[in-house]
Amino acid sequence: MATIELRQVAKKFGDVYAVKPLDLTIADGEFVVLLGPSGCGKTTTLRMISGLEATTSGRILIDGKDVTWKHPSERDIAFVFQLFALYPHMSVRQNIEFTLEAQNVSPAERTQRVGDVAKLLEIEHLLAQRPGGLSGGDRQRVTLARALVRRPAAFLMDEPLGALDADFRHTMRAEIKRLHLAQHATTVYVTHDQIEAMAMSDRIVVMSAAEVQQVGTPHEVYHDPANLFVARFIGSPGMNLAPGKMADGHLLLAGGHRYLIPAQWRGTLSQVAGGEVILGFRPEAATVSDGGSLAAEVYANDLHGAYAVLHLSLDGENPETVVHVRADRFAHYPIGQSVRFDLNPDMVRFFDPNSGRALRTQ
Amino acid sequence: MSETTNGESVGWQPSAPVNYSTRVDKVGTSARTARGIRIVLAFVLAGVMLIPVFWLGLTSFKSRADAIAVPPKVVNFTPTLEGFVNLLSDRSVLNARRLELMKERTDLTWYEEIALKNGQQITGISQYVGRLRNSVIIAGTSTILAVILGLLAAYSFSRFKVPGESDWLFFILSTRMLPPVVVTIPIFLMYRQLGLHDTHLGLILLYTVFNLSLTVWLLKGFLDEIPREYEEAAMVDGYTRLQAFRKVVLPQAVTGIAATTVFSLIFAWNEYAFALMLTTERARTAPPTIPTILGRGGVEWSAIAAGSLGFLIPVVIVTFVLRRHLLRGVTFGAIRQ
Ligand SMILES: Nc1ncnc2c1ncn2[C@@H]1O[C@H](COP(=O)(O)OP(=O)(O)OP(=O)(O)O)[C@@H](O)[C@H]1O
Ligand SMILES: [Mg+2]
Repeated sequence: MATIELRQVAKKFGDVYAVKPLDLTIADGEFVVLLGPSGCGKTTTLRMISGLEATTSGRILIDGKDVTWKHPSERDIAFVFQLFALYPHMSVRQNIEFTLEAQNVSPAERTQRVGDVAKLLEIEHLLAQRPGGLSGGDRQRVTLARALVRRPAAFLMDEPLGALDADFRHTMRAEIKRLHLAQHATTVYVTHDQIEAMAMSDRIVVMSAAEVQQVGTPHEVYHDPANLFVARFIGSPGMNLAPGKMADGHLLLAGGHRYLIPAQWRGTLSQVAGGEVILGFRPEAATVSDGGSLAAEVYANDLHGAYAVLHLSLDGENPETVVHVRADRFAHYPIGQSVRFDLNPDMVRFFDPNSGRALRTQ
Repeated sequence: MSETTNGESVGWQPSAPVNYSTRVDKVGTSARTARGIRIVLAFVLAGVMLIPVFWLGLTSFKSRADAIAVPPKVVNFTPTLEGFVNLLSDRSVLNARRLELMKERTDLTWYEEIALKNGQQITGISQYVGRLRNSVIIAGTSTILAVILGLLAAYSFSRFKVPGESDWLFFILSTRMLPPVVVTIPIFLMYRQLGLHDTHLGLILLYTVFNLSLTVWLLKGFLDEIPREYEEAAMVDGYTRLQAFRKVVLPQAVTGIAATTVFSLIFAWNEYAFALMLTTERARTAPPTIPTILGRGGVEWSAIAAGSLGFLIPVVIVTFVLRRHLLRGVTFGAIRQ
């Protein structure tokens, strides 16, 4: 297993950056997820690590060795593609063995290793078949088997579950995670599904518009987003963002509501020039209560299985001032009704509206 | 859950992939009638197309007299190999005295007997045999060359950023736009200067160049359809690009290669104008030869038919060998597995 280091790695197609200079150090055995909307450069980053795409600038180190200009075959990494790249003209067994052949593994050991990995992934009964007739899930298992059988320095996976249906994704997600825990293999995993990212990763690299927005644990990314993009992107719905103006220890929000700034934030916020900040909080940071300090009108009400998400309009009419609040599944909230709520002071965040960056308590 | 005959319970089994359509609009009554009509039409059409070939085959087994009989004889003639013997041999006409002598001999082979019936004696093997061999050498070699070169070029166009790619591709295609006849004279002059006139090499080069435009374009289409991920996966797995090409791309391109091979072969095999202009003796191929059979002492229809039939056979064999791949190939991958 190995560490992966990206130093100022960038990729341009023509004049456009697909990936802006990026620094990232992935520890041995770490499971890192690249997360971001479509077209933000996740695949390109992964392909640069694998050597399938040349870097425009910067250096890539695997296990401390500079591999920036090494051929993919010399990097000792396994790549799991989004589209199952199984060779239709070979049987499942041949597909899995294919990579061992390249490394001149003896036939006896090949059989042994294919057997082991087939057992692990429960595909022993498929070995003689051609991949064409397999179900999506089985194909994905075979693709994983192909990667696992090599025991490479690192695994790169590009949305390996993207083409599976929701139910099966769930199962495979758990399986990949179990495999990771068992093998402790350095893994870089690309997805645009944040639930997948949250569930699987040690660390998440949030990307947008060819740039890294934040690198952090799922907890950090969720609770302490580095900027407005991450705050909106992570969570569904994303973090509530309400612009306001400070006035004598309160924040003046849309609809004329006054929010008392929690004690731990007063020092930081008092230094903000102009006094304009954006208040951010997750739906679960709010508690609906009759004595709540904030009030808003019900704009819509989504019923989920275990809870309800209330869409509350702060100024009573404008959809732009809507915040989402988690509420009791069984209480009745007709549209237009006024609801009072409180915010948990430990779960409140503030952002600078000009730079978009999160403010930190001192 | 279903039960087997001995009562043993078997779980749900994934069914074999269904590769025929079971859509209502494809299996309903009117659809079946329509399909019946289509099948009949296809047979009629195939019949119409095959009649000339059938007639050709028939004529090649007729005697000279039967071949020109009016009304034409379809079944009521005695098959003879006269046409083939005349095609493959040179003969001289015997005078009355020598004819008598010949008739008394008992050591004649079956083909000498056939010649004797027409009062002729076989003097040697005809040119046709050598020219058919020339055709095989020239068409075969040029087809193999055109397909290999075309495959390499098409792969590069398909996978790498080639500066001015579309211009190059257009240029390659444009070599096919001029009718061959237009350039025969200049090529004739050049070939004479270069000593390529009437050589196998000359025709091989020319046919290869002519076929390249076809092979590059056709094969590029087929290679474009093979996802890059296949080679990329192989490269990450430890193979070089060349190995990946050989082990992963090539096996999946068989269909396209087969179709391209047949198309190139048909062109090189049938080519007439260049062969007529650029060869005289040593390298002359079959197509310009067949009409010359016409000339010798009246129209030898059965010999011409036999010559044309023999000329058809190699292409038919190649097409037959590659037929499994062709169906998908000639429809440009429109029919998928
Ligand atoms: N070979 C290429 N040539 C030109 N532009 C490219 C090429 N590959 C990618 N791009 C561009 O680079 C940007 C990043 O692409 P990339 O595939 O890395 O995105 P992604 O984050 O993986 O997106 P997705 O979630 O859709 O897979 C995109 O704008 C894309 O159009
Ligand atoms: Mg991608």
